[in-house]
Amino acid sequence: MTLAEAGAVVEPLHRRLGVTDDELEAIKDRLGGRDPNDLELAMFSVMWSEHCSYKSSKPLLRTLPTAGEGVVAGPGENAGVISIGGGLAVAFKIESHNHPSAVEPYQGAATGVGGILRDIFTMGARPIAVLDALRFGDPADARTRHLVDGVVRGVGGYGNCVGVPTVGGELVFDPSYQGNPLVNVMAIGLMEERRLTLAAAPGPGNLVVLFGSATGRDGIGGASVLASATFTHDDPSKRPSVQVGDPFAEKLLIEASLELIERGLVEGLQDLGAGGITCATSETADRAGTGILVDLDAIPRREPGLEPFEVMISESQERMCAAVTPEKWDTVREVCERWGLPVAIIGRITDDGDIAIVTGGLDAAGGPAAGAVEIARIPAAALTSDAIVHDRVAEAPTHSRAAPAPGLTDAATDRLPERGMDPGAVLAALLGSANLSSRRSVFTQYDSTVGTDTVAGPGHGAAVLRVKGTTQGLVATTDGNQSVGALDPWLGAALSVAEATRNVSITGARPLGVTNCLNYGDPTRPAAF
Amino acid sequence: MPVRVGVVVFPGSNCDRDTVHALSIAGADPVVLWHEQASLEGVAAVVLPGGFAYGDYVRAGVIARFSPVMRAVSAFAADGGLVLGICNGFQVLAEAGLVPGALLRNRSLRFAGRQVAIAALRDDTPFTRGVSVGTPLRMPVAHGEGCYFADDATLDQLERDGQVLFRYVDEAGRPAGPAEPGNPNGSLRAIAGVLNKAGNVAGLMPHPERAAEAILGSDDGMGIVRSLVESAAAAANTPAGLVGSAGAR
Repeated sequence: MTLAEAGAVVEPLHRRLGVTDDELEAIKDRLGGRDPNDLELAMFSVMWSEHCSYKSSKPLLRTLPTAGEGVVAGPGENAGVISIGGGLAVAFKIESHNHPSAVEPYQGAATGVGGILRDIFTMGARPIAVLDALRFGDPADARTRHLVDGVVRGVGGYGNCVGVPTVGGELVFDPSYQGNPLVNVMAIGLMEERRLTLAAAPGPGNLVVLFGSATGRDGIGGASVLASATFTHDDPSKRPSVQVGDPFAEKLLIEASLELIERGLVEGLQDLGAGGITCATSETADRAGTGILVDLDAIPRREPGLEPFEVMISESQERMCAAVTPEKWDTVREVCERWGLPVAIIGRITDDGDIAIVTGGLDAAGGPAAGAVEIARIPAAALTSDAIVHDRVAEAPTHSRAAPAPGLTDAATDRLPERGMDPGAVLAALLGSANLSSRRSVFTQYDSTVGTDTVAGPGHGAAVLRVKGTTQGLVATTDGNQSVGALDPWLGAALSVAEATRNVSITGARPLGVTNCLNYGDPTRPAAF
Repeated sequence: MPVRVGVVVFPGSNCDRDTVHALSIAGADPVVLWHEQASLEGVAAVVLPGGFAYGDYVRAGVIARFSPVMRAVSAFAADGGLVLGICNGFQVLAEAGLVPGALLRNRSLRFAGRQVAIAALRDDTPFTRGVSVGTPLRMPVAHGEGCYFADDATLDQLERDGQVLFRYVDEAGRPAGPAEPGNPNGSLRAIAGVLNKAGNVAGLMPHPERAAEAILGSDDGMGIVRSLVESAAAAANTPAGLVGSAGAR
């Protein structure tokens, strides 16, 4: 059965890839009116997903204040960067990995840590701390306990191995998260401001270099319908959609990337996360106003038989993509090989603004080799800055929850007594609350002291790190207020910012910047939006 | 001139920079030794730092022991050179047979990252010459495989020959048994660190290099780091082979 037949007997392929009919029309519009082929459709489906494109939230997020004293890099880059004086800057970002963690808590959480760390060192900053903000359902429930155990082991298993201390975070239980945990991880890095490296692919004629782990079939996610349409029989080589992390590879990636940046060997650097090579090439080309000719056959693979769409959208972990001038290639290769990382030239930067993919190789001049076949061509902007944006409808939910008693946490979780009852019983209930109990059993599974910068680690309202070679300290916290947020989103968000600001201020620090991680339901549902 | 002390970097080492920092505070000139190099560049002592060498996927330290640099470290140790293994470095030394015993998974089967107290049993070794016997030293542990194990006969022999260098202790300074709170991993006889027979190779699970400055909550680890640096300085001015003669008593 061919792909077309598979599409015909069920639903059109684009719908099965999560692309609506309207979006398909918008895709055609960006391709000059022609239909996308299957590979192109797969690339669009990933890049136009909510996760990659922020197609629903972008108009709202654009209203946030992003300029200010000391801001070196704001939204649009891999992480925010703020100057702290003396030529030093701090890169920081928080990101969620909720759905993978609900399916496979250990790997979901572990790869969440890996992904956010890559966002930090891609900028040229050495990661110095991780914080984890976790939300789970009823702690008495066996499934919840399984999720808590796996997520905590996953955060620790990855962070401990790469040698970045987990210095703080939150753990909150609330019935609304039953079976649907939130795993948000924040990472902080320290850099010399002059080392700031942007995720761009400038300079037509430059090489596109992929280094780190080889590309496999993991993390294909929703696009795996393409594979199941092709492999009609049992396919023993199917991989889970949840990515699998390799913190050892990440540690090598950190050292190699920072060495490449330190020695001035890369013109731009981008990590590979959601959307894999498609995302890394299109984003870096679009930012630089260039295009990239991708040499599909040159991409190192874990196994034979990968289809082009699998190679292009695989979310295999621990990979980086760099723009390198031809003169520096030999040195770049030497650095990567010394760190034991596979490295390959997988394409050339062009001036046509397109992401073009060929099989059959490139010639010495960097163009398609004789007999090579172009199997996809999409304007880089169409996948990124010119991706579709939806104007979603928002309306207040009809349901409302009982407001918690003043000064007490969520009554539903804690089964607190009614107001007016015996204060002793109220105190006993508070002391017995899972939301107020010690988090020691969690944070003792984290290495919070590696790096020898941790002045105040887990168990404090905010973590305090010293900055070696200066008299400065850095303070970081994560805070959220799901109970108020559910009743009044504006107030809940404002209270979260206020709480985080207070937690930072009471250490004696001046808040410098805020990063947010907003976890909401389906944006097409007006109440969720 | 500051004494040159080598810090081995395996792929996956993650305490090498911290160790270099602590050695610098102690006045040494730290020399980074890459895992593929066969020469130790004439350093007066070697530290194997913490981390997850080669990912530690098979068993902690089991791959690292076969690296080129470990052949050089073994030869250096056999000549009486000073070698200190911290955390993963201790695991590597145990796998290489340079110190006795084995490090099993923590009894809790979970990673243990927290502050502990240890006490030295001797102050006449190159690693503890600046430390008082029995005084609790506070420093962090951070490991998943740190449960010290050996058979009873070996443990008896180690105790008899003075090869038990550090024990986990409780708040009162008493040894913390395998199931007691002061013992983070279930180590037998509360053993946190051991010496080889000749007394020139030592390994410990806690991290003295992370307790090197008061701002981090404890500088109790500096006694150990300074002892090593002073012993290395003495060794640098002494014919090879005599350094480890503090030996067994």
